[in-house]
Amino acid sequence: MWKEKAIKFGLMSSASVSVISVALIFLFLFKEGGDFLSSPGIGSLFDTRWTPVSFVNERFGLYPLIAGSLLVTFLATAIAIPFGVLGAVYIAEIAKPREREILKPFIEILAGIPSVVIGFFGLIILAPFVKNVFGLYSGLNALSGALLLALMAIPTIITISEDAIKSCPKSYRQASLAMGASRLQTLWRVVMPASLSGIIAAIALGMGRVIGETMVVLMITGNAPQITASPLESVRTMTATIAAEMGEVAFGSEHYQALFIVGIVLLLFTFALNIFSRLFYRRYGNRS
Amino acid sequence: MKRIKSIITVTALVAFIIAQSASFSSADEKKNLVIKGSDTMVHLVSNWAEAFMEEHPSIDVSVTGGGSGTGIAALLNGTTDICAASRKIKGKELKFAAKKNVTPVEFVVARDGIAVVVNPKNPVNALSFDQIAAIYTGEYTNWAQVGGPDKKIVVLSRESSSGTYVFFQEHVLKKQDYTPSARLMPATAAIIQSVTDDQWTIGYVGLGYVAHTKGKVKSLKVNAADSLKAIAPSDVTVASGAYPIARPLQLYTNGQPSGAVKIFIEFANSEKGQEIVRSTGFVPPSATGK
Amino acid sequence: MKRDYAEIFFNSLARLVTYSITAVIAYIIFDIVRNGIGVISWEFLSGFPSNGGAKGGILPAIVGTVYLSLGAIIVALPLGVASAIYLTEYGKQGKFNEMIRLAIVTLAGVPSIVFGLFGLGLFVLFFDFGSSILAGSLTLALMILPTIIVTSEEALRAVPRSYREGSLALGATQWTTIRTNVLPYALPGMLTGSILGIGRAAGETAPILLTVAAFFLPRLPDSVFDQVMALPYHLYILATQHPEIELVRPMQYGTALVLLVIVLAFNLGAIVLRSRFQRKIKSQH
Repeated sequence: MWKEKAIKFGLMSSASVSVISVALIFLFLFKEGGDFLSSPGIGSLFDTRWTPVSFVNERFGLYPLIAGSLLVTFLATAIAIPFGVLGAVYIAEIAKPREREILKPFIEILAGIPSVVIGFFGLIILAPFVKNVFGLYSGLNALSGALLLALMAIPTIITISEDAIKSCPKSYRQASLAMGASRLQTLWRVVMPASLSGIIAAIALGMGRVIGETMVVLMITGNAPQITASPLESVRTMTATIAAEMGEVAFGSEHYQALFIVGIVLLLFTFALNIFSRLFYRRYGNRS
Repeated sequence: MKRIKSIITVTALVAFIIAQSASFSSADEKKNLVIKGSDTMVHLVSNWAEAFMEEHPSIDVSVTGGGSGTGIAALLNGTTDICAASRKIKGKELKFAAKKNVTPVEFVVARDGIAVVVNPKNPVNALSFDQIAAIYTGEYTNWAQVGGPDKKIVVLSRESSSGTYVFFQEHVLKKQDYTPSARLMPATAAIIQSVTDDQWTIGYVGLGYVAHTKGKVKSLKVNAADSLKAIAPSDVTVASGAYPIARPLQLYTNGQPSGAVKIFIEFANSEKGQEIVRSTGFVPPSATGK
Repeated sequence: MKRDYAEIFFNSLARLVTYSITAVIAYIIFDIVRNGIGVISWEFLSGFPSNGGAKGGILPAIVGTVYLSLGAIIVALPLGVASAIYLTEYGKQGKFNEMIRLAIVTLAGVPSIVFGLFGLGLFVLFFDFGSSILAGSLTLALMILPTIIVTSEEALRAVPRSYREGSLALGATQWTTIRTNVLPYALPGMLTGSILGIGRAAGETAPILLTVAAFFLPRLPDSVFDQVMALPYHLYILATQHPEIELVRPMQYGTALVLLVIVLAFNLGAIVLRSRFQRKIKSQH
């Protein structure tokens, strides 16, 4: 019987690797970045300028980076929601079974295209296109980044929303149709409200993917650390800041610590989105 | 069941092979030379590395870019043998070095002129340091303010990890901060791409790169003070020191070099090495040679 | 029957939206295949880069990507499968289980660049592996762990309960039951997860940026403590850093194509395998 116990113990230890990893991630981000909070102090993060390399005054204000990430994320989400939700409705409710069997894997392929390839495509094809359409001086801006990020969020939104829509019990639909409602009315008044929490969970997960994406924004948003709400301006996101500047800094310097702080802030954002998504996901999961 | 066993066997085998190769290499005598640092110099250094490995097949050279700061940080952290830097090591970094028991030794191996570039369709041909600084700090935002047409200026800069960024900030911007609306481009190539495509941009790049663009970008004439004549960047004006935005490029080692490191530094300063400096678009450091 | 125009309109709109997404995907793939196919040659696939990647081949980057993904899967697969077995077969609905699930969801949501920071802090610096295949593989392994756990769990759950009950009724221990009556049937599903994991590990750039990737390293690694080039990072470098844009454009497309083919082949394999597996399970019911 000891063998059974040993195996169980081994499996349990493997399972706890995930828990330990999450703990270690938080621990090591704080270990490397934590000193920044005592000197130069947490207050210097609440600043409107990010000028880590300066002869005058090194400033580590997170506002421009957070603003950049949020602008790109909200734009991308706004673009991705209609496409993702309509796509999910089409695949779940309208498409013929044969069509569905082709469409689903095809859209999953999109989720598999490496982000650096999407960024490369954006750099060569999309940025010049955006520049010409809007008559800009440069196509490297928040909008170009958001368009590509929307493309990357769409498969997540479609896959999970479709799941939610399909898990809406048949009896709901039959009841509605039997009462004389049209298929469209059934879809909007019965199926969609019933799947709403699943769809919200899908959107939150899609947002999580967008805010954490690095290579695409690094290559395409132009990387100007300014605070702006204009989609046609260039912005710098938290992820791009870490990727671009981490290689440069002397380990242990203030700048190095500040970048770890940016990592912590980023992690908190995605963590919150995840928890939010999970709350909704569970609601829909319990019902079905 | 058989399938599980075979998968486990294969996994174990692969793990074993990897562990084996790891233990072999520690006993292996083949020399490895790691060079990290400046993006400006990465093509120069990788061209050196290619030619060097032909002459010395027993030495492997790996080259990584990322910026001068990256290279210096790597030297201080002991993760590189040679650091390529397009700026001098800073006092702060020297203090760090002392803490970590590293003594950086400097070798000037080339000179680089930094060209201020615009699109060829831009009518502006010359700018003074003051005008460039005004553009890069955000004081001027329209080409009309420097004698051009009424168009908004799109300011392009290198990443803050770049030695060129710091050099330009120190010498041309007189240590002022860049405007936050300056776009930080990941590398020189991205600046050239953007200046080629977008008509009202301004950027700064190593002269070595301008030669490759075959007229797709235009270098401006530059004068350091209003009393001086504006000079166009060229090999001649950079070597003579007449062109005001030029800098030495250097290699740093930890302590006086020996072994493979020494052979490489000697190669870089040799006739052949300096020929590669010329073919990559830089200027031999004859005036400041060490 | 009366035609419902609102429904026809809505259906067409949804169809248009869905097919426009697929059109964009098709166009991206088409553009990269069209421009990249001409570059692919034996020399390109088996050669070493020269002139900063503008000439020569991409062999070290291909090899680097293969090593990194293999390394990641060797670590992540046993851990992931064991976790999934624990969660589905042993785990009660307790606090510990809930904690593990929360951790998996959290891990799945950690941005790839944060994995890079973590890998730098823990593997490169704290364990002193340096920038190396080992550090990069371990970082990637943690990143793909949730994918493997979740797909393995699905595969285990798909095995009908009766299979287990039969064995247990005959007096077999729980582990014996799992080994003989559950795992063999769940294996294809688990394979799907690991293939998806390999694909994801092969395509990621941000985590390896800080833990392993080299710009120019024209030789093959001979130890897990070596740096390597990797396809995604090589593409990033070519796309943004090389001075001779025109000269290097074909190489960019060639590299993008090779990367795309490798990653999509893994994904496609996983999708095919999964649908066959699902059909098989259905037919057994």
